[in-house]
Amino acid sequence: MDINYNSDVIVIGAGPCGIAAALEVARGGKKVVLIEKGEHPGSKNMYGGAVYDSALREVFGNEVDYLPYERIINSYTWSFLNDTGSFDMTYKNSSSRHAYAIKRFNLEKWMVEIAKKNGVYYIPNTLVEDLIIKDGYVTGIKTSLEEYYAPVSIIADGVNSLLARKLNLRDDFKPYDMILSAKETIKLEKKVIESRFNLSEDNSNGVCKMYFGGLKEYKNIFMMSFLYTFKDTIMLGVGANLADLSKNKLNINKIIDEIKSHPDIIPLIEGGKTIEYSAHLIPETGFNKMPELVVPGAILAGDAAGFINSVHFEGTNYALISGKLAGEAALCALNNNDFSVNTLSVYKKKLSKSFILKDLYTYRNIIHKLYSRSNSLSYYYPYKIKEFFEIVTSANCYSKSSQFKKFLFNFIKDRSLSELIKDIKAFSRCAFDMLSGK
Amino acid sequence: MEKKDNKKSIQDKLSTIKYNCASETHLKVDEKKCLKCSEKTCTFICPADVYELEPETGCIIVRYENCLECGACKIACPKKAISWEYPQAGYGVIFKNS
Repeated sequence: MDINYNSDVIVIGAGPCGIAAALEVARGGKKVVLIEKGEHPGSKNMYGGAVYDSALREVFGNEVDYLPYERIINSYTWSFLNDTGSFDMTYKNSSSRHAYAIKRFNLEKWMVEIAKKNGVYYIPNTLVEDLIIKDGYVTGIKTSLEEYYAPVSIIADGVNSLLARKLNLRDDFKPYDMILSAKETIKLEKKVIESRFNLSEDNSNGVCKMYFGGLKEYKNIFMMSFLYTFKDTIMLGVGANLADLSKNKLNINKIIDEIKSHPDIIPLIEGGKTIEYSAHLIPETGFNKMPELVVPGAILAGDAAGFINSVHFEGTNYALISGKLAGEAALCALNNNDFSVNTLSVYKKKLSKSFILKDLYTYRNIIHKLYSRSNSLSYYYPYKIKEFFEIVTSANCYSKSSQFKKFLFNFIKDRSLSELIKDIKAFSRCAFDMLSGK
Repeated sequence: MEKKDNKKSIQDKLSTIKYNCASETHLKVDEKKCLKCSEKTCTFICPADVYELEPETGCIIVRYENCLECGACKIACPKKAISWEYPQAGYGVIFKNS
């Protein structure tokens, strides 16, 4: 093809994925531009609250020692909310450093600085409106001002990826495959957060809480809430299936407000002031509805490819590593001077060998299985747990055995047998998938 | 009443967000499709309450300047009547604390 290339690689989107991709290409000695639509990197991004050490080190090496994080997250609570309280499970390891709480504005800024130091040419304030295709190959991009050419484009433009749709790499999304998440950043004094959550002053520990249920009126909504402690803010948010919200004519902000008024949450955020409200989609397309990842001259990665594991609240690690692997594949294509699907497919091979495709495969049915039992997870079991612990803790004047028998009887009676069997089938299918996964 | 409460709650929260507001909308609705739509999903699904039904005309008012750029409206719209683009480069929402 007779094209004057401006650069070797164009990366679209300066999130964790795009930055990792660009960095990999630059380290390989090739010329790469990283294009971001926002004025600041990270200014369009939102997440629950943690980025993971292992994936960060794969991409940024020992630079991670200087990550300007706010707290290390190393206490995890799974909490089943009922109307008056909760049943909680907590795992804590005060010496672990697996996850960092850091605001996206600061995270992406830090990552972009490292990329720039390594020779990445970073261009903010630039919206890629379309891809240029010549002889079936993606050969460049169009912005509102100019055209820019490179033999490889890495598309990392996030969950809504308009470019992936334009390239016909995927169908239109279905509401069922999307989680809408919204959160509030709540400001509190650092000391207050530390005493409230039993945290040390040196930011070496922090809390992640994951809540099931908690809505009084809506019993069939597949939703979870989360809370992360930052230095002098708390992130409190919820995620709910978009189809459920539509069906129930329910606004996500209403769920946040209801969770905020739950007796377990009130004392945690008391006296706090909301300083930011944000919303974002989380893709649940997973393994079964994965888009085409490679076309001649272009690679799709990160959220744009639906790489996420919402069961484990993982996303930034999938973005970082898929970006890095996309960068490696681009280098391979440049070295062979071949940008066909055949060569770029080395990306897919690398993904298959990594945890990304293995885990996406393992979890391919799990989220939708859990979704099909949303009433059980968000309502029925949290309330049965409450009944059980009322027996254990009430010290009333009835014999324990008679109460346990009654509990068991009601456990089956309150729910049709078929529903119970469906629960057992769904949960054992999840367990089977986990054990038989890759 | 409850619906109004939520709208007020959203308005209060939107006031915490920084925007660089573009002069042109990045969200467009196809009025013909909207008039035939009985669900009006956009009017309750949007976390920023961007879409409002004008009862007299049946038209949808689009307050694009409040948009958080999540993309939920476009996917949830049963009539596929929303054309959803990113705002012009450098414009739109600026999350600083998320």
